[in-house]
Amino acid sequence: MTKVAVIGIGITQFGEFWERSYRDLITEAGINAIQDAGIDGIEVGALYVGSMSPGLFIGQEHVASLVADNAGLTGIPATRVESACASGGMALREAYLSIKAGAADIVVAGGVEKMTDVSTEAATDALAGAADQEWEAFHGVTFPALYAMMARRHMKEFGTTEEQLAMVAVKNHHNGSLNPNAQYRKPITVDEVMKSAPVADPLKLFDCSPITDGAAVVILASEERAKKLCDKPVWIMASAQASDTLALHDRKSLCRTEAAVKASKIAYKAAGVLPKDVDFAEVHDCFTIAEIMAVESLGFCEVGRGGKFTEDGETSLKGRKPVNTSGGLKAKGHPVGATGIAQAVEAVMQLRGEAGKRQVHDATVGLTHNVGGSGASCVVHVFQKEVR
Amino acid sequence: MTEGLALHWRLIPPRYNLIGNTCKNCGQRFFPPRNICPDCRRKSRLERFKYSGEGEVYTYSIVRVAPTGFEFQKPYVVAIVKLKEGPKCTAQIVDCDPEGVRIGDKVEVVFRKIMADDDSGIIKYGYKFKLKK
Repeated sequence: MTKVAVIGIGITQFGEFWERSYRDLITEAGINAIQDAGIDGIEVGALYVGSMSPGLFIGQEHVASLVADNAGLTGIPATRVESACASGGMALREAYLSIKAGAADIVVAGGVEKMTDVSTEAATDALAGAADQEWEAFHGVTFPALYAMMARRHMKEFGTTEEQLAMVAVKNHHNGSLNPNAQYRKPITVDEVMKSAPVADPLKLFDCSPITDGAAVVILASEERAKKLCDKPVWIMASAQASDTLALHDRKSLCRTEAAVKASKIAYKAAGVLPKDVDFAEVHDCFTIAEIMAVESLGFCEVGRGGKFTEDGETSLKGRKPVNTSGGLKAKGHPVGATGIAQAVEAVMQLRGEAGKRQVHDATVGLTHNVGGSGASCVVHVFQKEVR
Repeated sequence: MTEGLALHWRLIPPRYNLIGNTCKNCGQRFFPPRNICPDCRRKSRLERFKYSGEGEVYTYSIVRVAPTGFEFQKPYVVAIVKLKEGPKCTAQIVDCDPEGVRIGDKVEVVFRKIMADDDSGIIKYGYKFKLKK
């Protein structure tokens, strides 16, 4: 089977944009990606778009055809992929698999969400659709509350502290301040996080990722096409996916994201790398506790040590394992369907050496980790730069 | 989220009376009830099982920013309760100081109003838990 490369990337500014629509955002990201790839567009054989809930956010379904239409790609197979907050990562995986299967040589993987056309309450209700509606959301459980209940167990079982959670937000806001596309580019302090309004104890406002508009696109190509078209391909060494129970209460442990453990094990094996070989990672920090559990599930530190690992600065830009150099979902923003693709865009920028002030020195291998809901789905990708 | 009348009606046995099921093939108990046992699959032999309503707080949070339909209840405690018979379920903990709930607290089931839909006017009832004295 052919190898698969990323030959083009495009991303919009992330934020709250009253003047810009769903189609404006995805078209801009798509044009940027096509330009970056140096292709015309006519070569594209298929399109996958990750979008979690356009039906509730903008009253629009059938968005894959909408995207192909607005991008001037009418006629090609266009498919929407949905896996809650992991929709983008899953779209990337479907695009990757279609090239692996030989169905197309050049494929577009996009992600987009337009979340601020509805009220904050309506957006929160839409996001709650990622939980079990009949047995979780029915009881008034919010997404912050689900992650708060994981945090409570983590604190009880391993002694993780609220300050350590806050340190995740502080680090990601610092990284976000170095990313021109980030929604929040202002550094914050542990004290500010601790004093921010409680949302679902022990999580506070600054432990939570924001509601965001944004889009991101990557162009994938087979090995043969990538070598002809691109002088700086970034190779996708592995793509792996796993699932878990929909409801949090059905999990054996609330401190371990089993889908992430499974997906990353498969990905490490396929890529022929170990957690220690990963130079940087973009992980799904929808809440601060999620990043702590992610670094444990991905094998960057022992289970239970994620808080200490963060406190010791290991995950900072200058640490041994930089995590969320883009600012993560926390500071870069979390337009849910776009997030998985935006993580891939950051991985490619780092591996090309185009990440500016947040560049990780000598980055060769990068990993992305995209989670749906409270952990019922997870997709992991391993990227490697061209070694000459 | 607005639930249709039929959706809520279908779920009355588990929501009003904590009726789940148990797999006679492997002995596992389920709440909410499942259509097949995830371990036995086609060999599942599921039978109705009524839970006692006793359990303990496995984890909890205090919701201070509430979803639509719950605005007037905040702040309220949501928890994952480990039922005495085995399975865990999600519910509110009521009749207490929200700050006073801790992991490991013993609880018992109570039947309460959960919320009312604005547009359909359906009042939904179901299980919550209170701390055992």
